[in-house]
Amino acid sequence: MVLAIALFGALMGLILLLTGRVRKRADLWQSLAFVLPALLLLSVGLIYPAIRTTYQSFFDRAGEFVGGDNYQFVFTNDAMITVLRNTAIWVFLTPLLSTFIGLVYAVLVDRSRVEAAAKAVIFLPMAISLVGASIIWKFVYEYRPDQQGIEQIGLLNQVLVWLGAEPRQFLIGEPWNTLFLIVIMVWVQAGFAMTVLSAAIKAIPSDITEAAQLDGLTGVRMFRYITVPSIRPALVVVLTTIAIGTLKVFDIVRTMTGGQFGTSVISYEFYTQGFRTLNTGVASSMAVILFVLVVPIVVYNVRQMRKAEYR
Amino acid sequence: MSAVIPTPAVQEELAQGEPATISGRAKKRLTSRWASLAALIVAVLWTIPTFGLLLTSFRPEQSLKTTGWWTWFTNPELTLANYDEVLYGQTALSTYFINSIVITIPSVVIPVFLACLAAYGFAWMRFPYRDTIFVAVFALQIVPLQIALIPLLRMYVDSGIHGGGSFWPLWISHTIFALPLAIFLLHNFFKEVPAELVEAARVDGAGHVTIFMRIMLPLVTPAIAAFGIFQFLWVWNDLLVAVTMVGGTRDVAPLTARIAELSGSQGTEWHLLTAGAFISIVIPVIVFLSLQRYFVRGLLAGSVKG
Repeated sequence: MVLAIALFGALMGLILLLTGRVRKRADLWQSLAFVLPALLLLSVGLIYPAIRTTYQSFFDRAGEFVGGDNYQFVFTNDAMITVLRNTAIWVFLTPLLSTFIGLVYAVLVDRSRVEAAAKAVIFLPMAISLVGASIIWKFVYEYRPDQQGIEQIGLLNQVLVWLGAEPRQFLIGEPWNTLFLIVIMVWVQAGFAMTVLSAAIKAIPSDITEAAQLDGLTGVRMFRYITVPSIRPALVVVLTTIAIGTLKVFDIVRTMTGGQFGTSVISYEFYTQGFRTLNTGVASSMAVILFVLVVPIVVYNVRQMRKAEYR
Repeated sequence: MSAVIPTPAVQEELAQGEPATISGRAKKRLTSRWASLAALIVAVLWTIPTFGLLLTSFRPEQSLKTTGWWTWFTNPELTLANYDEVLYGQTALSTYFINSIVITIPSVVIPVFLACLAAYGFAWMRFPYRDTIFVAVFALQIVPLQIALIPLLRMYVDSGIHGGGSFWPLWISHTIFALPLAIFLLHNFFKEVPAELVEAARVDGAGHVTIFMRIMLPLVTPAIAAFGIFQFLWVWNDLLVAVTMVGGTRDVAPLTARIAELSGSQGTEWHLLTAGAFISIVIPVIVFLSLQRYFVRGLLAGSVKG
């Protein structure tokens, strides 16, 4: 590790030293030295692989050209349709729930005496890896068969028992298990939504809120008619950022269920197809589908940002 | 702004007249009490899962497998045995802990430095097609990692740097994947430096290298810190790149990969899993709590413009 950093440092130092000394057409050479290392890495490590993957998605595992067969497989195979359905549920529910909780919470603790501490509590899961978060929640969902002498060790089932209900296996029953996995992502992402939206709320000019207060707006109506419209651009950013993050999520499904019981999503299926069963063509087509799904979200986002800038 | 003009619904509600002062005040106090209660409930719901796992990881193996962690309050007993076993026993998490550190540090330092150079170039240097190239780099943020992984792995294998305990595939991959966002974020900060400062330095005969090292880097240190924390958390918590790039070589797998494996193969070994999960959490949480201010800054620079 030390060697790698030293090597890198020496190389960069040399480049900078040389650049500082060039006289002929200095400007061009200098800008090349600054920008080119990053651009080279991006072309070799991101652009070329992306093209390569797209190309690969038209070939089968033996290297035969199969046209759109991989895509057809993804859109017609029953198991794959479950994967697509789950991905849709994830991308629809996670951003909405995280943003809603984050927004309401940001408003509730705004200007309270314990604001900083209250925010840290919600924000903290962001520092935890999705693997760590999954294990935390595995333990919440843990199930023990309902027999004499056996006590529940998962909190949620214990609560069911206290309420007089039967404990249940949360991660087995389709399609509810997907919802229980989504809860984990919401738990992690709500802090992100809360932080960004809280900053947006604090940026609302105080004369607007004061005028509204004079007009008798309080509580829920203030929230509905002043707060939400004022922070609409931030809401869009948060929703799209979480949606994109959710599309790519793979850790939770892998750690919680390993994609069993009908819980797989595109990004996890990509991994199983590409690195477990070595079905490179299908995996590549899934990566391309993932890319295609992200594009409209981002285009919408960029257009919103432009609009906000021109106002 | 549209927010200032009351919508018809508001006007209607306003037309119903002001509430009598006393009852109005009472109502306000009541809503704020309900609001505090709601906030408290959310805060508790968010804390309990982690707290439960933390408490569990310190309970003796036999107790934690037969009773819930909440029984600890009536039957308090704590031990460090789980941590001892998971770190130095068969699971040898201490090795993976060191792997995680070795993976993370270069994967933060290298992309941050490269991105600083490029961001400065895009912000303050003139060269052909600058704006077009910058937009292209910005757009690369949306490329999902998945689309690059298989060809990248093939390149590493072909060039012989894959396998044999080599960390290079991980360092290179994390560097590449970090660059688009890093360049974009840092560019915004570099742009904020007043142009007079740069011009004055140029008049004094300073070249780009001097300006970059002497003026820019010190000025944007907070931004670099913000992105550095981002990248640190991201790399430390990564699983996808780790499991696809280490290819079965155990000498280079990070903590997350090992914990994920544990949870699959030893789903019933709760004393190992809970302690292991906490070991993987502790470093990012410390970094996060101590540098929270910078991190939030970076977060806001990335998502809310202006």
